[in-house]
Order: sequence, then C-alpha cells, then structure tokens
Amino acid sequence: MNIRRIIRLLKKELLQIVRDRRMIGLLLFSPVLQLFLFGYAVTTDINHISTAVYDEDRTAASRELIERFTSSGYFIPKYYLSSPREIDELLDGGRVQMVLHIPRGFAGNMARGRGAEMQTVLDGSDSMSARVIAGYATAVIQGYSGRIMLEQLDRLRGTVSRVPSIEGRLRVWYNPELRSARFMVPAVLSMILLTVTIMLTSMSIVREKELGTLEQLVVTPLTPAELMLGKTLPGLLIGMLDMTFVLLVAVFWFRVEIAGSIPLLFLLSILFLLTTLGLGIFISTISKTQHEATLTSFFFILPFIILSGFMFPIENMPRIIQYVTYAIPMRYFLEIIRGIFLRGVGLNYLWPQTLTLAAFGIGILTLSAARFSKRLG
Amino acid sequence: MFLRMRMIMWKEFVQIGRDPRLLAVVVVIPMLMLLLYGYAINLDVRNLRLAVYDQDRGPASRALIDVFVGSNYFYITHYLRSHHEVNGELDGNRTQLVLIIPPDYSRDLAGGRTARVQVLVNGSDSTTAGTGIGYVAAILQQQSAKVSLQALARDGVSVTRVVLPVDNRIRYWYNPELRSTNFLVPGLVAMILMMLAALLTSVTVVRERERGTIEQLIVSPVRPIELMLGKLIPYVVIAFCDVLLILLVGVYVFQVPFRGSPWLVLGISGIFVTAALGIGLLVSTVAPNQQLALLAAMLTTQLPSVLLSGFMFPISSMPAFLQWFTLIIPARHFIRILRGVIMKGNGPADIWPPALGLLIFALVMLGLSAARFKKKL
Repeated sequence: MNIRRIIRLLKKELLQIVRDRRMIGLLLFSPVLQLFLFGYAVTTDINHISTAVYDEDRTAASRELIERFTSSGYFIPKYYLSSPREIDELLDGGRVQMVLHIPRGFAGNMARGRGAEMQTVLDGSDSMSARVIAGYATAVIQGYSGRIMLEQLDRLRGTVSRVPSIEGRLRVWYNPELRSARFMVPAVLSMILLTVTIMLTSMSIVREKELGTLEQLVVTPLTPAELMLGKTLPGLLIGMLDMTFVLLVAVFWFRVEIAGSIPLLFLLSILFLLTTLGLGIFISTISKTQHEATLTSFFFILPFIILSGFMFPIENMPRIIQYVTYAIPMRYFLEIIRGIFLRGVGLNYLWPQTLTLAAFGIGILTLSAARFSKRLG
Repeated sequence: MFLRMRMIMWKEFVQIGRDPRLLAVVVVIPMLMLLLYGYAINLDVRNLRLAVYDQDRGPASRALIDVFVGSNYFYITHYLRSHHEVNGELDGNRTQLVLIIPPDYSRDLAGGRTARVQVLVNGSDSTTAGTGIGYVAAILQQQSAKVSLQALARDGVSVTRVVLPVDNRIRYWYNPELRSTNFLVPGLVAMILMMLAALLTSVTVVRERERGTIEQLIVSPVRPIELMLGKLIPYVVIAFCDVLLILLVGVYVFQVPFRGSPWLVLGISGIFVTAALGIGLLVSTVAPNQQLALLAAMLTTQLPSVLLSGFMFPISSMPAFLQWFTLIIPARHFIRILRGVIMKGNGPADIWPPALGLLIFALVMLGLSAARFKKKL
C-alpha cells in the first residue's frame, strides 16, 4: 500500500471526471433534480378530487351534505348531473374520480329516523387514489352523520340522564403535518447514493477495460488493492458531495429539518457505501463493456430500491418477500437514515441495523476485492 | 433505401444476438419488474403494528382493544406498562401506533361522561400514518356511537330512533376489489418500455462513435433517416415482444381483467414503443460517451415516467406547474390509454386525442435524431 501512488491515481480519476463538464454537471445536477421531482410529484396526500354530484333529492339536507364535501377542501364539484347515464360517460372518460349520488327521499328518510341511503361511486382504475378518496368521503359523511346524531341525542338528553361517549385525541410524532417530503428525502438520498456509486465505480473500471488502458494500469507498480482504492474513492467522494447537495436543498428549499446528528448521518452513509462500492467492483469483474456493466447494475439496483421499503412499506409485502428483504442491505440503511432524519435517534436505537450493514459492507467488499485481484493476476 | 435500411437492421440484430446479457436483460428485467411490482408491492395498508398502554384494565377498555384487533387492520405488538416504554417503542420504530387508555376510562363511561383516549402515531412513514389515522378515527367513532347507544338502551330509550342517519354505499367501478395489480400492470408496460429505451437505444449511436465505427457508417451511402430507422426498428421489435410478454403474464398469471380490444392496445403500444425508443435514440446522437448517454437517458426517460406519469402518484395532486409539465411525458398519455382500454373498455373514440399526441411525439423524436445526426456528418 503506497499512499502516494493511490493519490496519483485518484488525481487522474478526478481529473477525468472534472474535465468532462457535462459529466460533472450531470453528477451534481441529477440528485437535485431527483429531489425536486420526488419532493413535488410524490404526494400521498390527494386533493383537487374532481367530483360529479347527482342530487336527486334537492333538499336542504342534501345541499348541506354537498356543501360539506366542497368545504372540506379535497373535493371540487365539476359537474352537476341530471341523469344516471351521465355517470357512465364521466367515469369512462376519466373526467371525474368520484360521483356523489343522493337519491330522492334522502331528507325524508332521515327525518323519519330511518337510515337515509346514498351512494358514492369511485373510479377504481386508480386503486390507490380510490382508496384514499373513499376514506375522505367516509370522513365527511361521518362528520355530517355525527352532527345529525348529536342533535337527536340532544333532544333525548332531557329524558335521559347522561350519555357516555369516547373522544380520541390523535397526535402524530416526528412528522406532525405528515409531509411526504420529510418521508421522501431520506429515500431519495439512499437511492442516489446507491445508483451513483454503483454505476460510477463499475463503469470507470470497465471503461479502462474497454479502451484497453487497464493493461497499462496493471503493468504499473500499482497493486490491485491500490488500484481498487483509487477507483472507489472517487465514487465515495462524489457520493458524499451529492449527499451534501441533497441535504442543503432539503433543508433550505424543502424546509425539512434533520432531527438527529448530521455527523452520524455521514458516518453511517459511508458504511452503506462499503456495500455499494463493493457491488460496483463486483459488477466490473463480470462485465466486459460499459453497456454490460450498466445492464448488470440494474439487476441489483431495481430490487434494492423496491424491496428496501423505500416507498412501499415492507409490512405490507407477502411473508416470503419480507424474508427476502432481510438480504437487502439498503433496507437497514433506510431504517438508519429515517431514524436519524425523522426520529432523531442515535446508535442506542440503531446499533442492530448498523452492525448488520457493517457486516454486509465488509463481506461484499472483501469478496469483490478478492475476485478483482484474482482477475488482475 | 429499404435495402440500405435492412442492412443496418440486420447488423443491429446480429450485434444484439451476440450479446447474451442484453437478451437476458430484455427478458429478465420485465419479469423481475412484474414480480416485484405485481407481487411484492401491496398498496393496501393492513396489519398496522399497534402497541397498547392500557392504564384502565377494565371491561370497557378491553372491549375497545378487542374492536381494534377485530378490525383486521391492526395487530398488537406489545402491551406497555409505562410512559417510558411508549417513547422507546416509537423511537425504536417498533410500532406505528400507540393506543393509550387513561386510568379512569371505564369510570368515565360508566358515569355517562366523555372518556378520552390518546393515540400516538409514528409519522416517520407518512403514507402509512395517514391511512392509520383514518382507521383509528373510524373505529373510535363507531365505538363511541356503540357506547352511547348501549347506555341509552339501558335507560329505556328506543335505540331505533338514533341509528346512524346516513347510510353510504361506496362502489368502486372497474376494479371492485381495488386490486393494486389491476392498477399497476398497465402502468408497468409503460415503465418497462421506458427502461428498455434508456438501456438499449441510448447507447446505439454513441457506441459507434466511441469505437470509431461511426466513420465507416458516415462514408457508406446510408442516409441519416435510414440509419435511424435501421437502428430503431430492431429494438422496436424486441420491445414489442416485451409488451406481449407483459400483457400475457399480466392477464394469465396476475389475472388482470381485460375489457377492451387487445388490437387497440397493441396498435397504440407500437406507437408508444417508437416514441420511447426515439427519446433514447435522440440522447444517443447528442451524448459524447456511453456513460453520459446512459445517465442522461435515465434522467430523461425513466425518472419522469415513474414519477410524473400517474403510474402511482396522482397527477391531480401535484402543483400546477408540474401538472402542465406532465403533458409532455409520453408515458402519461400511454398509461391513461392503457388503463382506459384494459380496465374500462374504452374504444378509439375515447382515446384518440392522446394517441394522436403519442404519434406526433414519436415522429418528432425520429426526425430530431436524424437531423441531429446529419449535423454531425
């Protein structure tokens, strides 16, 4: 191991990256673009729900219910219908997401103390939105229902002593406004670290192979270990740089605060990078061309992202898949950075994940390094 | 002209055939994505982890806990004994919700007063938390109504007069069980094609340049548009086979109901494939090397298609400027068409405007890449 030789190789690598303006632009610009897209496009909150109202009852009660929908802030009544056939047209054409149908006799039934029937028709082709919209609609109707019921109870209160009830107070910890941006920033961060470091490392080695310059490097006094360090350190540096960029944008633009320790965040990210850099080296040993290297990277990146719980909670997956996720190092990293970012916890809670991640990192890096040295020799 | 184009096509096919990894990618990546999205991702939030801190330990508090367990949305991870444990449970991310029942819960209810329970929600996963809050609110409201009615019944008041006044029936059209696979598979067709565009066509031209074979192509009598078509068509054929594969697996393995005309879907897919691969081709004529081409292709095809196409995240909830921007994303229009035809049985009359848009987009991409290539000559 000779530090000077490593530094020289590192300089060459960095020079190669810096010389290519477009490359450096892309490496720094793409994380920020991703953060913006995720920050703005990914909202789990659904609003501006285009709604059609088919009110056959046309009474004060039905109008009050409709008014409750409008004033909830989620629903925008776009069409007022006069025949049931229009429902088909609007839903088939995808022009509304929900139809509120209040049949004749709604107010009359309610006045007589019978359950007044009504219907909400939802476009199930977007099952994710439909489920959320159904929740909102139920809440609005329950709120209305509850008010009517309270009135009825009040009238009875004269005759009855006291009526018990339950009141729930919900408090959300860590992310009181449930902003998706707070949830997404750690995910985007881990995704960027994963893709940038795997791609950069594997491609920079394979490019030398493809251009035939790897042989020149091999005949220099560089040992395989030095060569590997020189090839992985740029990935590490760029990964850290990207991370800093993303954090700055997250904090100053999206106003996402980091609850925990930032040095710990960086330290444990480096731990995660052991795994990704190791994978980068491994991919370079099984690829002959840059194109092959990218294709192979995809096989790792795709399951890593989807099975890490990055956006889709692991608890909802089928049991077998849940077991598979234990083999995905990114899963532990996400738990760590979400813990630091959102809950502000430290190693006292995160040590199991940290140890597992370290084991993965050291294991993968050692195996790939061994394979790489053998290939060179 | 056709002869020259055929020669280029033939050359590309031979090159693809020689690259076993490429062929593997074309078959394996779509299958992997189908498996991951169709099987691993479940957007239905169930089995929320709930910890209970029951300070009351009376019959009424046990009844409330039973309602939570019986709802099938929650399972109880722990019974806590102190406030200190509550903190640890949430900080360690071991639970998503904590239900705290105060010591005087049963006494308050028996005395006809309002009993207050507290629910702490772990907001670190904002999506799950949002859904969980909805479930909790609904359960508490129901239980409250039940407790009130029981008390009234004991006092001899006829309960029938205070039934919940509004009886809302929710109906989901096109996807009555709200299966997420029905919603995801049409979108996946677009995702997979976009990924192939990024992985396959983005390097075709730049690779020739990097290897120096581009000069041979330039001195040959082949014209730019012939070259572009010759390079594009083999990939279009491959991608089209992928469309068939995904749709067959979707319909026969994942049991996605197919209501519209398969021919319509295949026709429009042909147009979309050309548009998607055309973007890759354009990137390839612009990019200086393969590394940059791949990165740029990911950014221009993959990322916007995942986030801004309505594949998972509803467009109507995005900020207005982003909603306008989605109009130039081909995947957005393609997904709308696919969902319309497959799930709603839309015919040509419903879908021609976005289909026409796709066609224009495809032609523009092809024209631009040919024009861009001519300049390089």
